Amino acid sequence: MDNSTMIQQKIRDIAKDLLAKKTVDLVIGFGEGTLPLRVTPRFIRNPEKVDRLLWNSFCENNLATYLHKFSRFKLGLVVKGCDARSVIALSLEKRFQPGQIFMIGVPCQKMVDRKKVSRAVKGEILQAREEGDLLYVKGDGFEVSLKRNDFLYSSCQACTHRNPTRADVMVGDPVEELPLKETYHEAKEFEKMSSEERWKFFEKETSRCIRCYACREACPMCYCSECFVDSSNPKWIEKSFSPSDLQFYHMVRAYHQTGRCSGCGACERACPMEIRLAYLTQKLSQDVKELFEFETGMDSEAPPPLSTFEIADKQDFIK
Amino acid sequence: MKRRLDKKDFRSFLQNLIETYDLFAPVKLAEGVSVYRKIDQPEEVDLTHPNPQKPAKDLFFPQSEEMLRYEKIGKHSQMASLDEVKRERVLFGARPCDIEAISIIEKVFVGKEYTDVYFLEKRKKTTIIGLGCNHPLSTCFCSSTGGGPFLRARSDLFFVDLGEAYLVELLTEKGLAFQKNPFLKEADPKDLALVKELEEKAFEKVSSSVPIDGIDKRLDLMAESSFWDRVHEGCIGCRVCTYLCPTCHCFDIVDEGDSQKGQRVRNWDSCLSPLYTLETSGHNPRTTGRERTRQRLMHKFNYFPKTFDQVACVGCGRCILYCPIHFDIRKAILWTSSARPKSF
Repeated sequence: MDNSTMIQQKIRDIAKDLLAKKTVDLVIGFGEGTLPLRVTPRFIRNPEKVDRLLWNSFCENNLATYLHKFSRFKLGLVVKGCDARSVIALSLEKRFQPGQIFMIGVPCQKMVDRKKVSRAVKGEILQAREEGDLLYVKGDGFEVSLKRNDFLYSSCQACTHRNPTRADVMVGDPVEELPLKETYHEAKEFEKMSSEERWKFFEKETSRCIRCYACREACPMCYCSECFVDSSNPKWIEKSFSPSDLQFYHMVRAYHQTGRCSGCGACERACPMEIRLAYLTQKLSQDVKELFEFETGMDSEAPPPLSTFEIADKQDFIK
Repeated sequence: MKRRLDKKDFRSFLQNLIETYDLFAPVKLAEGVSVYRKIDQPEEVDLTHPNPQKPAKDLFFPQSEEMLRYEKIGKHSQMASLDEVKRERVLFGARPCDIEAISIIEKVFVGKEYTDVYFLEKRKKTTIIGLGCNHPLSTCFCSSTGGGPFLRARSDLFFVDLGEAYLVELLTEKGLAFQKNPFLKEADPKDLALVKELEEKAFEKVSSSVPIDGIDKRLDLMAESSFWDRVHEGCIGCRVCTYLCPTCHCFDIVDEGDSQKGQRVRNWDSCLSPLYTLETSGHNPRTTGRERTRQRLMHKFNYFPKTFDQVACVGCGRCILYCPIHFDIRKAILWTSSARPKSF
């Protein structure tokens, strides 16, 4: 039995036990998708149906985003390292009652970027399977094996917290925390540009935005009951497509994540227009780490730096 | 009438179009991202992407459209309506699904009781050049919704990619205007045989079939079904499926500006947004995602067919491809047809 299959079995066993004993009302995990390389969030209430849960390298969604929608239920939640950090950040923001969330933690093998895989072959992928470190993909007139580590999400390549920092039960053995890429590599790459180049890059990326707000909805930390873009009185932003409105939305969305982003990359994955977003939040996370020695969701007690004040806080930005 | 356009003449053909018309065609914006845009140079046209993310409806019913603008100059106010479409337009390279969808939207915008001049003006002045879909994706289900990868209906001209050349069919009066186009040559009988072969192959490829027949009647009985709990459960409430849908046509009109100067703008709206039916009183009849996802499917498969005898879905599969949580509308359609929806 390979590691993923073992994890999958354990998730099912735990879910079954949680539901049978009524410890939780439902378990949110991942289930089979209708396309190769895809899974879909799955909501299990019946202990007899836990075999619909699965675990593989395509479990890309951050399920912590469902805590808001299911806020009146006791939930069992399958969490990777980044997802667990989001849950902890949300608990510090008092988004749920103590004991309401049962975290089923999975040390993460790093998730595979389905779009990168699709681009590596000519034609549509009709079948895919994963075996150890290899991905076998098949389509009309091609069949290839690919090294899974060459196709990881950018956020996963840079991840240093694959093991959930906290969980009510941990599934599988801890993994070694070694990033394949420098943790803040996208921010660093961005910083290398001149300010004109940076602006050009930001302008080009945001110009593709269709204001579908998939980045906002996929993010567990975006839960304001009324987002500033939706407020009509006061009106902070127009609803059409002037570049300044698009840029304004993306800046505020990123800034609002300061000290709250776990770097899971859900925003970027959700974007149908492939707008790069992570470099912005990465930069903010890097700043928060340098200025406040704080990393989102690593400590269940430490208050988020931007919601507290301490005399020792760095204030040299006030001139 | 059938003609042939050699690929070596393709650039000149496009250049010729640009000189006579405002040309709109798929353009690559980034790796894996394509949209329809106005073309200034033939090289911008990119037909390698299966189907642009944003559907062709954007050219007739833009995501954001200025309806009028006003300005106060001294004691007088000035109002200006939209600019009329000055040049004839050509939409090139749209797939049959997108073209069918334009005719679906047309039923709403150019109806018996109401005519939307903004839509009509653009529609009247556009020649549509369809492109046969040689490689439908596994997410395509156009043949279930009454279409097909080579459906020519509503195209003025229809192109089929033969490899070295395009076969060009001139189908309507607007299409026949291309009869004397210097780049279109006599078609070879061999070309016609190849078209038939490609067409059959493509039709076979649209393998996924969903039970659309009678779906409006089935949904009539399901307004309060627990089915909707299941449908909306995973939905995170973004607007991807509605904005990328070639038939979704809800809009929201807003005024931008102040008492001195501003414009009235019409933007796409989405039933999945909590603002969609939010009333000024603060009341919202569609409180949760359950009512909102129900609206999405009901509008497509119940309200629309009842009014217009056709479902508001062309099976292009964009909502399946781009949904961040991978909800597959085909599953929902399937569940309506079984007495007990397939459980999760």
